[in-house]
Amino acid sequence: MVWPKTGGKNGRRAMTRFSGWNVLWNGLTGQKGWGRQWRDPEPKSSYDVVIVGGGLHGLATAYYLAKNHGVKNIAVVEKGWLGGGNAGRNTTIVRSNYFMPGNREFYEHSLKLWEELSHDLNYNVMFSQRSHVSLLHSPAAVDAAARAYNTMVLTGTDAELWGLDELKKNVPHLNFGPNVRFPIFGAAVQKRAGTARHDAVAWGFARAADQLGVDILQNCEVLGVTRDGGHVTGLETSRGAIAAGKVGFAVAGNTSRLWDMAGLGTLPIESHKLQAFVTEPVKPLLDQVVVFGVGGAHFYISQSDKGGMVFGGDIDWYKSYAQRGALPIVQDVAECATAILPCLGRLRLLRHWSGVMDMSMDGSFFICKTPLDNLYLNAGWNYGGFKASPGSGWYFADLIANDRPLKEIANHDLKRFERGINIDERGAGPDPKLHG
Amino acid sequence: MIRIPCPFCGERDHSEFTYGGDGTITYPALDAPAEDWLDAVFQRENIRGVQIESWHHVNGCRMWLLVERDTLSHEIHSVRAAHSGMAKVLEADT
Repeated sequence: MVWPKTGGKNGRRAMTRFSGWNVLWNGLTGQKGWGRQWRDPEPKSSYDVVIVGGGLHGLATAYYLAKNHGVKNIAVVEKGWLGGGNAGRNTTIVRSNYFMPGNREFYEHSLKLWEELSHDLNYNVMFSQRSHVSLLHSPAAVDAAARAYNTMVLTGTDAELWGLDELKKNVPHLNFGPNVRFPIFGAAVQKRAGTARHDAVAWGFARAADQLGVDILQNCEVLGVTRDGGHVTGLETSRGAIAAGKVGFAVAGNTSRLWDMAGLGTLPIESHKLQAFVTEPVKPLLDQVVVFGVGGAHFYISQSDKGGMVFGGDIDWYKSYAQRGALPIVQDVAECATAILPCLGRLRLLRHWSGVMDMSMDGSFFICKTPLDNLYLNAGWNYGGFKASPGSGWYFADLIANDRPLKEIANHDLKRFERGINIDERGAGPDPKLHG
Repeated sequence: MIRIPCPFCGERDHSEFTYGGDGTITYPALDAPAEDWLDAVFQRENIRGVQIESWHHVNGCRMWLLVERDTLSHEIHSVRAAHSGMAKVLEADT
């Protein structure tokens, strides 16, 4: 990759590329050689492409637009600060064990991008391929997992089925007791799956996009969308009017509000809140991401590099734009945690947080054109936005640059329901709260 | 925890109820055009603010309720029985 030279702005030192030599040199010279990681520019009056939303998806889109498609003059507008929305409100799980056509190709592509992301961005996103272990609790669940994982293998994704012996060897702390409500029969495993450091992903994409000339405009809230008939001419923002050649929305959680500002009516999306939790740090206990889902239970857990047990469960079951969770889910999740890992019973919760999700009508995302000829939509990520972020940016950048979707995401448009297509991994039907 | 004042049972925790979604949706006639059905089944207003939504008091009186609630603050403005005949009976009582 060629890194363009940028002059020090406002008398500040330009960004320094990370390398073993630079780390060593700065270690010996008091860490004085590092410049700021990205600029803080004033908004220009117009851009060729404006991406709304400085989360992982928006930043990744700007990065791939500049890198893969050579687009200059791009801005990302963000109402808060980078990493302050759902980028900082997730459980950082990355996987590609999907079943439906379109989804599995998309998420596998995203996983391949994750595998090279730290090198590509010159930023350590701490991607750790530690395995994703979905527990199976009945012979029928083992059969269903075998079917799903055969499909995955045929698509080119890795998959394994573990019996009890292998599971006990790898995840010894699970509750394998004979008298539990849901005895464990085995596990469906994706070894290339894992976790990453969420802040580093936002910072890495921001830094790399900035190096390619993208203006990242923080504290810049969109207040209105200016239209000329079926064409977007620009955005009214809290930092002034910005004219735009093309506009991309990547604001999952608040997509409907922006859609309304553009005068486009309703969407097949409801906003729901999802909580996540972290305990006090402990010594290494759990090497994998473990998922427990049977009956009414839904639970996923991993251990962060700092030692905290990071976990989450279902959404709060009612529509909400509030970034705070309710207590019944805290209880549900705690029950799940102690059901599969009784050794967690004495741990104290350190923090819990909640983010607002775009829950779509079939549980799958939208990367598509819109009724306006130069407006593009990236939305509807349900619980699964984190793992998707590199792939989402990659495909969304391609859509914006070429004005047509690639075939893998051709059905991830707003008109799929009209055509009778539901990309419904769970088979839950058109009720947004049921898709997780 | 949201506390929902059920008109039949009094104020209860929301964990006694299940959420039914947008309470303003009316299904079109069976022979209505497909677009009308598409709107009713798949499209949502997704209001950030006060909306009318349905809740089922499944672990209580098992009645369906229409609740006016703010989706940002969770404040509840009104609760009434979803069935119009039942709502009239309640009004006559008070």
